[in-house]
Amino acid sequence: MNASAFTLGRAVRLSILIFGAVIFLAPYVFMISTAGKAQSDIFSSSLSLIPQHWSYVANFTKALTRVSMTTLLWNGVVVCALIFVFQVMIAIPCAYAMAKLKFRAARLMMVLVMLGLLVPIHATALPLYVAFDRMAVLNSYFALVAPFTISVFGIFLFLQFFRAIPDDLIHAARLDGMSELGIIGRVIVPNAWPAITAFAIFSVVAHWNDLYWPLIVVSNQSYATPPLGLLYFRAAEAGDDYGALMAATLIITTPLVAAFLLAQKRFVEGITMTGLKG
Amino acid sequence: MTSLSLRGIQKSFSGNPILKGVSFDAGPGEFIALVGPSGCGKSTLLRILAGLESADAGEIMLGDRDLSPVPAADRNIAMVFQSYALYPHLTAAQNIAVPLVMRKLTRTQRLPVIGPLMPGQRKAVAAIKRDVREMAASLKIDHLLDRKPGQMSGGQRQRVALGRAMVRRPSVFLMDEPLSNLDANLRVHARGEIVELHRRAGVPTLYVTHDQAEALSMADRVAVMIGGSLLQLASPQVIYDDPAHIEVARFVGQPRINLFPSQVGADGTIALGDIRVGLRREMVVAGASVTIGIRPEFIRVSRTGQQGLPARIDRIEFLGSEIVLYCRLDAIGEPVVAKLSPAEGVGLAAGMPVRLDFSADRLFVFAEKGHRLPSTPLDATVMLETVHG
Repeated sequence: MNASAFTLGRAVRLSILIFGAVIFLAPYVFMISTAGKAQSDIFSSSLSLIPQHWSYVANFTKALTRVSMTTLLWNGVVVCALIFVFQVMIAIPCAYAMAKLKFRAARLMMVLVMLGLLVPIHATALPLYVAFDRMAVLNSYFALVAPFTISVFGIFLFLQFFRAIPDDLIHAARLDGMSELGIIGRVIVPNAWPAITAFAIFSVVAHWNDLYWPLIVVSNQSYATPPLGLLYFRAAEAGDDYGALMAATLIITTPLVAAFLLAQKRFVEGITMTGLKG
Repeated sequence: MTSLSLRGIQKSFSGNPILKGVSFDAGPGEFIALVGPSGCGKSTLLRILAGLESADAGEIMLGDRDLSPVPAADRNIAMVFQSYALYPHLTAAQNIAVPLVMRKLTRTQRLPVIGPLMPGQRKAVAAIKRDVREMAASLKIDHLLDRKPGQMSGGQRQRVALGRAMVRRPSVFLMDEPLSNLDANLRVHARGEIVELHRRAGVPTLYVTHDQAEALSMADRVAVMIGGSLLQLASPQVIYDDPAHIEVARFVGQPRINLFPSQVGADGTIALGDIRVGLRREMVVAGASVTIGIRPEFIRVSRTGQQGLPARIDRIEFLGSEIVLYCRLDAIGEPVVAKLSPAEGVGLAAGMPVRLDFSADRLFVFAEKGHRLPSTPLDATVMLETVHG
């Protein structure tokens, strides 16, 4: 242990970091605190972090009973899983082709991907809504999932990762008798787990928390995703049972927090894209 | 036992010709080393043979089968890559098993969960495991089978790559500088092993290298490629002693061959000091520029003799079994390299004047375009008519 390890500079750096962390964590901590407060506590003039009357049980019971929390969570899981599976199934072969195969439209494809990155969902929401309405598929998993199955961000992320995979590896696989799909399944995917994990976090977080699109295509509560469910919850409660609302929010955010903590190491690996060593 | 033949292979990348019509045959079980400086197109040729690139023109025949339309996966050609290209997520055993799994199991038998339930799958898998173990034993890597490539040394990876290439008994074996990532000691050792493995497998082998010592020491025949053309294909000895082109002479041999610019005299002979070389009259015209070449070991160095060209020693390199002298000719200022045995080099020092006596029968004459001109050594006193007659 270095005696001079804890110098003044280090102390300053650490306190700045801690200050930043506190600022970012404060709303979440406050949410946890509010979820345990009774109505009178929440609207009292003094601001306290520790609830004066512990009403976690009451609030959580309300959150779990008044709205069908299991339906919400289940819908969230189904929608996120479907979106992620389709995104990966489409983005990986596409990125592989663009990174490692030679074909004429490769340049054009690259330009299209870049353009795709620039177009937000808000720009295409209206035409999509009209189309889904005509097809009579509003209020379905299809409407929630379909617009996101092709992720240009995913293609871009995998493209960058696949470019680092040596060409010789692909050549060896071809000589060993693999088809192009075989190469994707047996060589590319097993070596792309860091990238897939990173993409999973981006994709799942974005679509688990998405309120915009579900709000447009879903009006039937049985297809509501968690954020949409919270909206119904607020409306149903005339907007003032904040304790129960925070408890519901806590339930909904917990799966993501847990998943991130579990996959943290892989997530960071994927972001830094250490790539393959020969 | 099949032979391989290439006819007029051409390839250019974005208008740049890389291969300018390469043709040759490799007999059954022949080991051919493809040697040349980097960028001469030898690796491209190998890739075309493997089916990883397509040629612009020309045909590849394996036995009497035309390989050109056959995709890489179905050519039954194995290749060892410079980077070894082992699958990083698989163990050594799994790496070696891949070509067998892809060939001996059906599509459904390869599936992860359903596969083992398919009829005959167990038997096939057991056979594959046995083949892998035998291969590993013959390469002495049985103790590494459970390791992943990241946990192995360069030499060990190279063996696994060899195993993966050989285990399926390919009909042609290609190697792209497989030894260039090994350290010098290991490289010399691995040469012998590869030759031995080749002998056992008995299939035509094409071995690409930029190391002429590797090519000369390993191959039955050496193909020298320079600038996208095959300049000479012959046994190592012929390549060295009887080069067909100035680039071949320049590329092969360490230290490099000595080359002197010269001109054909009016009588159709070429003179270098007191040595004269006769050329066949129909081959040259008087006054044409030619280049004379002589290998360093055919130059005798003497301190006292009267024969030979006067020169001065610039530098001496002692290499243990031999001595390399870097000299400069007094008359024309051209550098000359001579190779001596240590006994011959006793008493020589930098700056010393010496006489360099060239063995006339070891001189090569090259035309201006680079091809070799047949020449006869002449004693300066011999009448020229004996040559021309």
